[in-house]
Amino acid sequence: MAFIQLKDIVVRYHRKQNVLKGLQLDIQKGELVSLLGPSGCGKTTTLRVMAGFIEPQEGEFHVNGKDLTKVPVHKRNFGLVFQSYALFPHLTVEDNVAFGLKLRKMAKEEIQKKVRSILEVCDLVGLEKRFPKQLSGGQRQRVALARALVIEPELLLLDEPLSNLDAKLRLHMRVEIKRIQKKLGITTIFVTHDQEECFSISDKVAVMNEGVIEQYDTPEKIYTYPKTEFVARFIGFENFICFQKQQPHCYMADNKALFITDMDIEQTTCKGTIRPDDILIKEDAEGGNVVTGTIQVRTFLGKSYQYEVKTDLGVLVVNAASERIYETGETLHLQLPANKIILV
Amino acid sequence: MLKNKGLTIFSCLVFAFLFLPLLLMAVTAFGEASTITFPIEGFTLKWFGNVFASNAFMEALKLSTVLALLATLLGLIIGIPAAYALARYTMKGKAFLKGFFLSPTIVPGIVVGYAIYQFVVVSLRMPIFESLLLGHFLVVLPYSIRIVSSSLEQFDFSIEEVAWTLGCNKWKTFFKIVIPNITSGISAAFMLSFINSFNNIPVSMFLSGPGVSTLPTALMNHIEYNYDPTVSAISVLLMLATIAIMFVVEKTLGIAAFTK
Repeated sequence: MAFIQLKDIVVRYHRKQNVLKGLQLDIQKGELVSLLGPSGCGKTTTLRVMAGFIEPQEGEFHVNGKDLTKVPVHKRNFGLVFQSYALFPHLTVEDNVAFGLKLRKMAKEEIQKKVRSILEVCDLVGLEKRFPKQLSGGQRQRVALARALVIEPELLLLDEPLSNLDAKLRLHMRVEIKRIQKKLGITTIFVTHDQEECFSISDKVAVMNEGVIEQYDTPEKIYTYPKTEFVARFIGFENFICFQKQQPHCYMADNKALFITDMDIEQTTCKGTIRPDDILIKEDAEGGNVVTGTIQVRTFLGKSYQYEVKTDLGVLVVNAASERIYETGETLHLQLPANKIILV
Repeated sequence: MLKNKGLTIFSCLVFAFLFLPLLLMAVTAFGEASTITFPIEGFTLKWFGNVFASNAFMEALKLSTVLALLATLLGLIIGIPAAYALARYTMKGKAFLKGFFLSPTIVPGIVVGYAIYQFVVVSLRMPIFESLLLGHFLVVLPYSIRIVSSSLEQFDFSIEEVAWTLGCNKWKTFFKIVIPNITSGISAAFMLSFINSFNNIPVSMFLSGPGVSTLPTALMNHIEYNYDPTVSAISVLLMLATIAIMFVVEKTLGIAAFTK
């Protein structure tokens, strides 16, 4: 049985539509799982259900076999880090971190020992007497993390913890979080809308949309084989073509062109999708899986140029490295490699 | 900085208009004549002595202080949780409730006083001190709610939620985390409530009875029959006390605490 189980969780706010619609999620002990999705998809609500701030109208939440659905927040023993860090402004770094331990009526020496060791892990030694106001963003973040970890939580909940940091620090903290999490072996939920962040840090990713999990897989699987159109769009697939199945691995697009694909699925109608980076520009229309069109818009992306090409199958977006630059209005032959077409 | 002579003169005139009467009154407190006159003749401190010797004034001062303290404390005890609830939760009719709590500042004091007189003193026959306390409590409550509310608006409630996750129950969190972070608002609310209750006339006028009066009403009664500088002396003392309080506030919290 999974360490953490969310069973058919339903949450609705006053008469409005359901925010979570029967959400299911199983998490193994020691895993770092990301909840990824656009704003309003219910990822933060899911986290708040786990933390105990929201009691779901339906469903159950189990940790280690215990039903925690109705257990109040302060009895759950979970660590939580918010986007705003939410440090106690009137307490020093040391007192912030010791707050949870003091409530547990621990001996003073033991508290000191634990605080010192977690400050070492989080690289905060020397800042004990500072107040949150006197810390940089990265330091505050680490204090928030230390404060959540020192109580040895069963579950660590991170709500977009990196969003307030600048790009460079974010990369650094991402590695730090992963390192500390692995070192302490704490089961962790990481809520984010940033796919790169989430792919780099997670053991598994749950992509959410409108209150349900669309796909729950390893980051690699999700990146290469999105299961639904929503997931594909969210992680950067931009070209979608309606496919009719002719025979296994052979699909007719819009009754106009035939495509051979490595992938094959049961349904007779589906969508074929491909990343802009995976489409090849050919000199001529020779070979299979080729479609011809004219360039409508060209955008400079830095590493490459992006072309929006109008074809019989609709507009296709292509990213091409900058060696040969094509002009607007030019005719392009695009090849969609069979191993890059994903069926959803 | 932009310099404008006309504007400078105008502001000086406004200040003079505000402060000259106070200054004149302060000066008259030291005159020897038995009525308030200006310019004064001679110099004496006997009117100050008179204040402390007067039983009526000392009783009134005591009553006013006790009343202001109790009303302020009551106001804070009710006002802080009310402000917290208004800031923390979304509920039906929140805007209406906010407006309702602030209404005593909009309704003229004399109306509040009359209403309490009608319903509490005449109908319920509540004793004088209790009805005075109720009246003053109503006068100061909006200040507590408003000032503490604006303090809470800047409070990040996720701080409170984090405290819960660390094992702190809701009550403990309120006292250990929320209150320490709104102390400046609470002190400001305390001062403003105290001063407002202490200075209040319209409500006290209706609710004070024979032999029981607050300092402002005692002063008014005194002026009706005697026009001597004792009143000036009292005013000087009150001004000094207010200045002292404001000085302490400025040193500890900053005047900004009031304008938040």
